[in-house]
Amino acid sequence: MTTSAITAEGLRKRYGDVLAVDGVSLQVETGEFYGILGPNGAGKTTTMEIVEGLREPDEGSALLLGEPSWPRNTDLLRRIGVQLQASAFFEKLTAREQIRSFASFYGVSDARADAMLDSVGLTDKAHVQDDRLSGGQAQRLSIACALVHDPELVFLDEPTTGLDPQARRNLWDLLRGINEEGRTVVLTTHYMDEAETLCDRVAVMDRGKVLRVGPPRELIEELGVDSLEDVFLSLTGREYRE
Amino acid sequence: MRTLWSLSKVMVLGMVRDRTAVFFMLLFPLMFLLLFGALFQSDGSGRVTVAQVGPVEVLDTLPDEQLAALDESLRLERVGDREQALEDVRQGDLDGAVWEEDGEVSVLVSAAGQGTSGVVIGLLNGLVQEANVAATGQEPAYRVTTGQVEDESVKPIQFLAPGLLGWAVAMGASFMSALTLVNWRKKRLLRRLWLAPIRPSQVVGARVGASVALSLVQLAVFLGVAVIPFYGLRLTGSWWLAIPLVVCGTLAFMSVGLVIGAWAKSEEAANGALQVVIMPMAFLSGSFFPTDNMPGWLGAVSQALPLKHLNEAMMSVLSRGGGLSDALPTMGILLLFAAVLTAVAAKLFRWDNA
Repeated sequence: MTTSAITAEGLRKRYGDVLAVDGVSLQVETGEFYGILGPNGAGKTTTMEIVEGLREPDEGSALLLGEPSWPRNTDLLRRIGVQLQASAFFEKLTAREQIRSFASFYGVSDARADAMLDSVGLTDKAHVQDDRLSGGQAQRLSIACALVHDPELVFLDEPTTGLDPQARRNLWDLLRGINEEGRTVVLTTHYMDEAETLCDRVAVMDRGKVLRVGPPRELIEELGVDSLEDVFLSLTGREYRE
Repeated sequence: MRTLWSLSKVMVLGMVRDRTAVFFMLLFPLMFLLLFGALFQSDGSGRVTVAQVGPVEVLDTLPDEQLAALDESLRLERVGDREQALEDVRQGDLDGAVWEEDGEVSVLVSAAGQGTSGVVIGLLNGLVQEANVAATGQEPAYRVTTGQVEDESVKPIQFLAPGLLGWAVAMGASFMSALTLVNWRKKRLLRRLWLAPIRPSQVVGARVGASVALSLVQLAVFLGVAVIPFYGLRLTGSWWLAIPLVVCGTLAFMSVGLVIGAWAKSEEAANGALQVVIMPMAFLSGSFFPTDNMPGWLGAVSQALPLKHLNEAMMSVLSRGGGLSDALPTMGILLLFAAVLTAVAAKLFRWDNA
């Protein structure tokens, strides 16, 4: 493959007086596991939303799989999977009904939806409504909904936030498996151990800019610290955000 | 097609599994129909009750068949105590009291109940005059023959059924579209759907389809209840025009819901705003009682309400023999209203709660 999974150049987005994204360029290669790190308000989510095609950038452009993500392109949408920060589920529907609904939007069969539900270990929760799922179960369902149409490129926005260590480790295995199947995975997270374990490369962002990009190991060596968390703190400072 | 079906299913399931929504949107208006229909059923048929104090010859000598005919409009209660009878008339427990002293028949009625007083006096006067003519032994010079024309006055069920149905349709359509919009925005489902290969027309189509289906179910249930003999609604010739009317009304009230849903940030805010809009509209539009006696300026206000037009057209086609010429202008008004408010909603629309 000659085209990168994601090529974003010079993205800028202004909300009123705030420059949420200030000249972000990213290059994600096919099959890569890529992490976007940054404190709250760093512009991670807005960057993700522009790249995904949810928002129009004021400046710059984003290519996904060689095609511009804005304006909305339904053929491209069939090839990408997105898990949004909050679990976006239909009210009062059971786990199986949720994933079958999402499957139908992509023309995917119920059988395939049920298989996807099984692959995230939720078959025994198939008849449970969304508001009765635990945090980990809801995250797994939401990831399954993002993967049901077998996308080449997957975006996950803070998939492990609020989970207990067991649920996090299980989810890591799941995410690794997704990547090993050949999919490109882009993830945002607040957990540095997570990024260090999972990601081939990470981009550290703050104040709407990308500060540093590279494999976690190299960043740690480059800055002469012990962990990715130290890299993060030395790049973004220690004061409270938001 | 599968997407459209799937989206409709999601909307319908989301509603029918919400017990509060089902109660307020479907069962609550139906309860009103069952209750009001029963309450207003005996519309005070004008039967009066009169106390007869002591013997009154003209009444006592009536043949049985005439007494039976009289009984439909006049119930005689024989009492002994005149003072007690007069007190009962004063209290409104009786409509009149009658007694006879030496051929002088006295009838006393309450000054308050003018309608019933007229009936009492008229009936007794008629009986006395008839007895007088009979006493002369001559053929009466004049006779009255009576008959009935077809009863075209408005029965309570005739405005209750279309009026309460209009209210039910207004609630169902506006609440469902507003709550879908607010809830999907809040849960970021709108964003999520944007990232699925779905056309906006499919989302709109599914919402309209689900709402219209709900309204038609309401129409069927309301008419089904109203036509049972206990409630006694008789459908007139072009009653099927109620179907396109309800469809147009659903679109109009969905647009109300869309404007409120586009404005409101939470389900609670949407709920409150809808109550504030829908309840007064239902009252002013004659959903609960006829508004013929409204002051002129209030009548002018009600002309601006889509429910007023829907209710009138529904009453006309359902129970008063109205036809296409009554329904078409209303459909036009409702669709125009829907178009204007939908345009307003599109202006106010937001993808997420900023």
